[in-house]
Amino acid sequence: MLKIDNLHAEIDGKTILNGLSLEVPAGEVHAIMGPNGAGKSTLAYVLGGRPGYEVTQGSVEFNGIDLLDMEPHERAAAGLFLGFQYPVEIPGVSNLQFLREALNSQRKARGEEPLTGGEFLKLAKDKAALLKLDPEMLKRHVNVGFSGGEKKRAEMVQMGILDPRFAVLDETDSGLDIDALRVVGDGINAIMRSPEKAVLLITHYQRLLDYVTPAKVHILAGGRIVTTGGPELAQKLEAEGYEAVAA
Amino acid sequence: MTTATLPTRKDEAWRYSAVERLQGEALDDWREIKVEAGDSFREILVIADGASNPTELHRWRVTVGEGATCELFAVLASAEYARLEIEVTLNKGAHFEFGGITVGGRDTVREFVTRTIHAQAEATSNQTVRSVHWGHGTGNFLGNIDVVRDAQKTDAAQDFKGLLLEKGASVNAVPQLEIFADDVKCAHGASVGQLDETARFYMAARGLSPDVARRLLVQAFLGDALVSLADEAKREELMKVALDKVDKYL
Repeated sequence: MLKIDNLHAEIDGKTILNGLSLEVPAGEVHAIMGPNGAGKSTLAYVLGGRPGYEVTQGSVEFNGIDLLDMEPHERAAAGLFLGFQYPVEIPGVSNLQFLREALNSQRKARGEEPLTGGEFLKLAKDKAALLKLDPEMLKRHVNVGFSGGEKKRAEMVQMGILDPRFAVLDETDSGLDIDALRVVGDGINAIMRSPEKAVLLITHYQRLLDYVTPAKVHILAGGRIVTTGGPELAQKLEAEGYEAVAA
Repeated sequence: MTTATLPTRKDEAWRYSAVERLQGEALDDWREIKVEAGDSFREILVIADGASNPTELHRWRVTVGEGATCELFAVLASAEYARLEIEVTLNKGAHFEFGGITVGGRDTVREFVTRTIHAQAEATSNQTVRSVHWGHGTGNFLGNIDVVRDAQKTDAAQDFKGLLLEKGASVNAVPQLEIFADDVKCAHGASVGQLDETARFYMAARGLSPDVARRLLVQAFLGDALVSLADEAKREELMKVALDKVDKYL
């Protein structure tokens, strides 16, 4: 589903990704772990198409199409979802308005009929319930005044509403307490576990992988994948640290 | 109608104006508005495409009686030069509410000039102006607040924000407060910025095209100026005039 080949990327002339190759087939969850500064968030932003992140070499194929050739909003409409490490606050725009516009923009781009107000509201309430987020919060401005944990849960509500085919989740577990971690983990499974979907989980810790068991764990260091293994690799990391495992 | 003594940019109240466009305008033509004690008055001015002259000069002189309320809202979205000037005198316990929006590109100039005179005690005033400009467009807000010596317990607020969508556009904000009473609250703020790129990327990552994202962000920005307009249909109508203008040229 996602095929990254020899990806090089830089920010302000500084090389961050340095020959990264990775393949995530449909139906699988893969985890990427790595020390600070390894390039994990850069990978997420490059996949999302954030301005300022320049790809200098390599390719990314998403369901057979060239992902790097698409604008960020086109990537979303094609089924890519980027869960932000730091979800952005948008004062003056309510969650409901934002998500309805977003969903209907995506549907329009795919040649589908827009959802009516009533249909959308029901969908939004269902997904909020799934993530145990107070539906009243959907009326509030996007992420404004949300706690760290609420922001991450709201990201997952957004994912549930937009129903992507592929999700790149950048440290969705950071800032979550133990109960919220379980809710978010269950949410990821409920929304994304399907033979037609796949997930790339970027995380520092093994905790989230207890709830969302990955098919593969990749270790990213120095801008490339240095080791790949099964879920046991994450446990080894937790016990021995990056230096021992990734060396 | 006088043309003999046109103002120049040396005049404080015309410092950022398109004074060259005042030739032939009726400068002494002030509209007098009197709000009787205890009454409520609301007026809305919309300068929109299709119904505007090259120069739109509006000068209103308002007296708000004891305990009365005057609400003025304006959207300046057309004319080469549009100016709404308001001089308002507040009597005891009166309230003045003003919400203004300027939008414009090319080399248009759109401005609000207000002089709010708290002439008696316990009056309140609240002014919110939002300006969105692009091209070489200019938006101005010159706001004087005068609080006379006996106008104790005055509560006056003035808030301006400018949003520049392109290099070359400009906004000018000049808050001027003259306070002669000692037990008053006067708040004022002015800021200028551009669209939040982080927010734009976040919105794009959720599937919003750059145009739709900009419209949502501009709408959110302008919204503050219309918050106190209770009539929802009217509020939407004014917002649409402003947003359509931005969409039409960008």
